[in-house]
Amino acid sequence: MVRENLQNWITSWNKKHSSEISDFKEAVYLIRKSPLTIVGLSIILMLIIVAIFAPYIAPYDPITMHLDNRLAPPSKAHLLGTDELGRDILSRIIYGAGIALKIMIIVLAIDLPLGILLGLIAGYFGGWIDEIIMRLSDIFMAFPRLILAMAIGTALGPNLRNTMIAIALTMWPVYARLARGETLSIKERTFIEAEKALGTSNLKILVFNILPLCLSTLIVRATLDMGNIIRIAAGMSFLGLGAQPPTPDWGLMISTGRKFLISQWWVPTFPGFAILLAIFGFNLLGDGIRDISDPHLRRGRQ
Amino acid sequence: MLKYIVKRLILFVIVIFGVVTVTFFLSHVIPSDPVGAILGENAPQELVEKIERQLGLDLPLGQQYTRYIKGLINWNFGISLRTQKQVSEDMRVYFPATIELALFALFIAIIFGISIGIISAVKRNLLPDNISRVFSLVGISMPAFWLGLLFILILYYHLGLIPAGGRLSPHISPPPMVSGLYLLDSLIAGQFKTFWDALYHLLGPALVLGWIQTAYICRVTRSSMLEVLNEEYIRTARVKGLKEKIVIFKHAFRNASIPVLTMIGISFGYLLEGSVLTETVFGYPGLGRYAVNSFLSLDLNAVIGSVTLIAICYALSNLIVDLLYVALDPRIKY
Repeated sequence: MVRENLQNWITSWNKKHSSEISDFKEAVYLIRKSPLTIVGLSIILMLIIVAIFAPYIAPYDPITMHLDNRLAPPSKAHLLGTDELGRDILSRIIYGAGIALKIMIIVLAIDLPLGILLGLIAGYFGGWIDEIIMRLSDIFMAFPRLILAMAIGTALGPNLRNTMIAIALTMWPVYARLARGETLSIKERTFIEAEKALGTSNLKILVFNILPLCLSTLIVRATLDMGNIIRIAAGMSFLGLGAQPPTPDWGLMISTGRKFLISQWWVPTFPGFAILLAIFGFNLLGDGIRDISDPHLRRGRQ
Repeated sequence: MLKYIVKRLILFVIVIFGVVTVTFFLSHVIPSDPVGAILGENAPQELVEKIERQLGLDLPLGQQYTRYIKGLINWNFGISLRTQKQVSEDMRVYFPATIELALFALFIAIIFGISIGIISAVKRNLLPDNISRVFSLVGISMPAFWLGLLFILILYYHLGLIPAGGRLSPHISPPPMVSGLYLLDSLIAGQFKTFWDALYHLLGPALVLGWIQTAYICRVTRSSMLEVLNEEYIRTARVKGLKEKIVIFKHAFRNASIPVLTMIGISFGYLLEGSVLTETVFGYPGLGRYAVNSFLSLDLNAVIGSVTLIAICYALSNLIVDLLYVALDPRIKY
């Protein structure tokens, strides 16, 4: 009896969610068909694992100095050598993964809600409020991102927290515009008219009817931006306007290691590989997800 | 269409006004103390006050803003505390260097990006395509400053193919100023030695920026070409027995070129941004490095000047892209 009920419940659930299930199955199939996406996904999974288990993986402490072992070349004890304060470069790179991911996650955690909020409001209500939000986004988009992030970062004072705020402030217009565009097209559909006729409040329509439909576009865009966020943060740290010593930030490691480029090449070179690999992974994943979510491109692939 | 152009131009003016306002307020809410940063913490109070008066930092914010806007209209940003010269004067020296670098890098990127992109699309999923796709994915993932360091390590130190940095060798004096672009000015003056030296110095930073932009242009060219190559009229052209060369360049690429042009415009903006990092790495005396040094020394006037100039160029390149788009694509009507 119980088994039958469960069976029934499963069948009905499957029936109810059949379109989502087939979508999901199709997505998994498409990901498996594209080896580059798999490579990207593996790089990112590796990055996440390294970041979470850094204290167990890293052979040395990333901050403690060993001045008697400065600038040691790569060896068995220090696979990637040591830096100008005798710190193990591999360990610092391992700890740096967490910092890079943290920056990316926090920037998106600020930008997605902020962009969605402004975009929904602008698209749904239109009129002067739309005009203000859009012109403001035009102005923010008129700066090259790194330059604006540098200006905001300097105004707030150079450190990791302000780097994240600065990057977030340069990126919201992208999300606001996307959310606005989606809202504009969804707003015109009949089911929204119906909700309105039933007297549903604007807030409810925005949150329960429009928001869920915008979300996928915004998430695809966010995956495409992940690599960019890491790159801008690294650039700011490199210029001395971001993370400050002794943080094991990749960009900062290159910045302080730059002096030793010719004589001890390993100091600035290895952290760069880490940045390249991380951005590469996110770009592969972003490309893959965009291709999967774009039905036009899907057709093109066949 | 005229209506769209007018609307776009008005938007441009609004954006520029917004940009200078945002720049002003950003640089005036700096909690750190710019005068202290220049003079050191133990500077006598009188001196600090004198310099603050000189810079107008003692005035209320509203008055400072009107003063700033008035100065801006005359392209006057005041004196840089770091170089002790007029900021506009400094920028007149550094800006052409950046433009020269950006144009040269763009030239590299257009030539390689478009040709590799076309080959990639035509040889889809074959070896050349796979190589070029990996090459461009690495390119768009590359941190410019790190690539610059690798170039210095390998091309300068180990192979001696590029100089260590700068814009000209110490023993060569700059050509007489006409455009400020050394390549052009030295040709005008007939100083071929200077020309080759300037080219030699441009090579490193331009290749770094160029590779990254090649990657972007290549990707757009490839996907745009792939889309067009699927069209019926391409098949028709082939069935007609036209030469493959003509089909690809005349029928396909012409129609695929609009997104590519847009990407080239966007690239120019990226180049301005990338120049900040690349110029710092190569010690290339351009606007990007000037901006970074101003930021690091909290040199307020120079920060405002360089950020404003970079943002205006960026907004201008966006404007040109938008207008080109309307002019080129007959399907778009506004």
